[in-house]
Amino acid sequence: MSTWHDYVQRNGALPEWPYPVNYGKVNEVVSDVLVIGGGVAGLQAAINAARMGTKVAVLERGHAKRSGSGGAGVDHWHGAVTNPCSKVTPEMYTQACYDSMQGWTGGHVRYIITKESWDTLLDCEKMGVQIRDAKDEFKGADFRDEKTKLMFAYDYKNRHIIRVWGYNIKVKLYEEAKRVGVNIYNRVMPTCLLTTGGKQGAKVVGATAVNTRTGEFYVFRAKATVIATGGVGRLFDFAPEVTASSSMGDLNAAGVGEAIGWNAGAEFVCMEKTSPGRLAGYAYAPYSMANAHNTYHGTPIVDANGKEVPWDDAFNRPIKKIQGRFLPSEGQDFILGEGIGISYYLEQYRNNGLIHDLPERIREGEFKLPLYADLTRLPEVERRSIFGMMVGNEGKTRIPIYDTMTKAGFDPDKDLFQAPVMPLEGYNHSNFWAAGINTPPTIRSLAGGGFLVDWNQRTNLKGLYIGAGGNLFGGGCHGESHTTGRYAGRHAAEYAKTAPEPVADKQQVEAEKTRAYSALKQGKEGNGWKEINAAIARIMRDYCGQYKNEQTLNLGLRLLNELKTTELASAYASNPHELGRLLECHSLITVGELVIKASLERKASNSILDFHRLDYPAMNPPEWNKLLPIRQEDNKVSVRELPLDFHLKAPYASSYEENYQKHCVK
Amino acid sequence: MTAMSDKAYMVPNPPTPNKAVEFNPEICIGCNLCVDVCPTDVMMPNPEKKQPPIVVYPEECWYCGGCVEECPRPGAITMLHPTQQRISVNWKHKDTSELFRLGMKNTPPPNTRLPVG
Repeated sequence: MSTWHDYVQRNGALPEWPYPVNYGKVNEVVSDVLVIGGGVAGLQAAINAARMGTKVAVLERGHAKRSGSGGAGVDHWHGAVTNPCSKVTPEMYTQACYDSMQGWTGGHVRYIITKESWDTLLDCEKMGVQIRDAKDEFKGADFRDEKTKLMFAYDYKNRHIIRVWGYNIKVKLYEEAKRVGVNIYNRVMPTCLLTTGGKQGAKVVGATAVNTRTGEFYVFRAKATVIATGGVGRLFDFAPEVTASSSMGDLNAAGVGEAIGWNAGAEFVCMEKTSPGRLAGYAYAPYSMANAHNTYHGTPIVDANGKEVPWDDAFNRPIKKIQGRFLPSEGQDFILGEGIGISYYLEQYRNNGLIHDLPERIREGEFKLPLYADLTRLPEVERRSIFGMMVGNEGKTRIPIYDTMTKAGFDPDKDLFQAPVMPLEGYNHSNFWAAGINTPPTIRSLAGGGFLVDWNQRTNLKGLYIGAGGNLFGGGCHGESHTTGRYAGRHAAEYAKTAPEPVADKQQVEAEKTRAYSALKQGKEGNGWKEINAAIARIMRDYCGQYKNEQTLNLGLRLLNELKTTELASAYASNPHELGRLLECHSLITVGELVIKASLERKASNSILDFHRLDYPAMNPPEWNKLLPIRQEDNKVSVRELPLDFHLKAPYASSYEENYQKHCVK
Repeated sequence: MTAMSDKAYMVPNPPTPNKAVEFNPEICIGCNLCVDVCPTDVMMPNPEKKQPPIVVYPEECWYCGGCVEECPRPGAITMLHPTQQRISVNWKHKDTSELFRLGMKNTPPPNTRLPVG
């Protein structure tokens, strides 16, 4: 009754496009600040820029009320170290992130996040997001502070990670953005950044875009621009029929922000860093199966006969009592927490988990499959907090899991729910629903690289600021996106106050308009966007996989260009929706080229970057222990060198706090 | 009407996943609020006024559930995990070991406790 197939067969005719189509019609929007991407980071940037008295426009691919990777909700908020109950300082937390990554994360961005995370959360509270147990539902729980009514996750001693009721956080941000007068343009797909004189490397003065419902063209002119787009989910893998887009990002996450930034001459670092594509969506519906990780941290796992699987601390020492799962162990100051954009943890900050040798012990017969989550073994407050408070507020859990499972009769007070049944390596990590073993080993994902910014979160380009999680070097996940968005918005507004009127280059606009509509002028025998996307992903898997050398990388570049000039150049879009997806394919190719070019520049293997050059097999040679900022100048690659701790070296001060105080724009 | 008495057409295979979301035409008033907020335009307004939206791009759904949250008429729209994901969501009563799964035929009574309160 609701499918296209049903409609067509009942009516014997195709439904007409429901929106007015006006290809070529040009809309001009002028603002002080333009925010590209209306997810949690983008709306925070917009709200904070508007509060400083600037006129703000947001360019959003979907609809800003619920869109973006963070748009589906959040259940725990990281790095809130300045909350009144925290025993962790911004310096301690930043150092823990930086040391865990052995320097391969932007320490300055981490510090900004850590300094402002709690303030950002308080601001969300003012917008209407619940961050305290105001109704005393969890009174007396050892993760709750009786005075502030705050509730904590992972580390009940140090209290720097806060459980929140954030299922509606995006809606609240959206309402606040409307209230402070932000102009939101939904369903528009950015195609390029406008620069002074149309020159690469010049000041950014706005962007062009296409509406994916009406096909209309947009010219946004702005004194300052913030890129706040998401990650690049479709680069190494494209099989939405199987993967449900991916666990942590929808199809709109196509690297558009990176692509337009790269083409404008912005600088990037660590784009050569990839990880196994564990969250590509090949495993199980997020949070839908028994596990003991993240939102489900602390959940008792039992075997088919009801025998409980023990827990280990970060040093593989047994944890005897349930309470110990939520406390740092001997040798640990505090637990850093998962879901902050860090791919490695030093043992001194790593979380507790199920026994490290669970696969071997299943093989030896000590535990019988299938495994189950037995929440009944937890105290009522902890059970209710996991399946109810957290599963119910985390992204993609309120309707997809809590509502769906309880309507089907699941009751955590009485029922055990099953873990995936899979090859034993899948039980290596406590997050069973996303066990990496389900993803083909050829599939990688970008992991931690992105735009290089200074202490103002400004790029090398005048007028261009970055606020986001997935594409900012030093960024993280949900809360980190809010906080970096907020900071970038303030800086963009500050700059816009004294910046001259933005002047768009007519030639650049015209050229972009021609390029954007080219897919509508092809013969209908051309390929569609899905076929192109799958080919891009194939090239990246084959030629820029875990193991690479100069030849394979150059072949990959050649094939991306082949695809661009043949199949993609003749591709056909039959409506504005397909046009948007095809334009995303152009972005994906651009980001693919950026990743391969960055990979060519690093002539050394590196374990933290999970970067393996077959032609430079020596791992971690000290002379390559440096960042390689990469950009385009006159369409040629330009690379420089930068120490990992550049953020604490001249021209910056030598301490985090001094730099922050100098740059924070309160 | 069944397929046996329907006229047959040349149509592409049913998509994968089949639906992503399903509408109950008895409850849905065709207000299209779900269409407005879907981040990827999975569904579009029905050409017939007041009728449920048409699911055009089910494979672009990422199962956020935002459409269901937006819906002013509970029960008008249901989010459906793809069958290959739904089939793996299994549980059992601790006391009786009776087995259940998401999507089973004779569902047990719903657990009506809300995620908060």
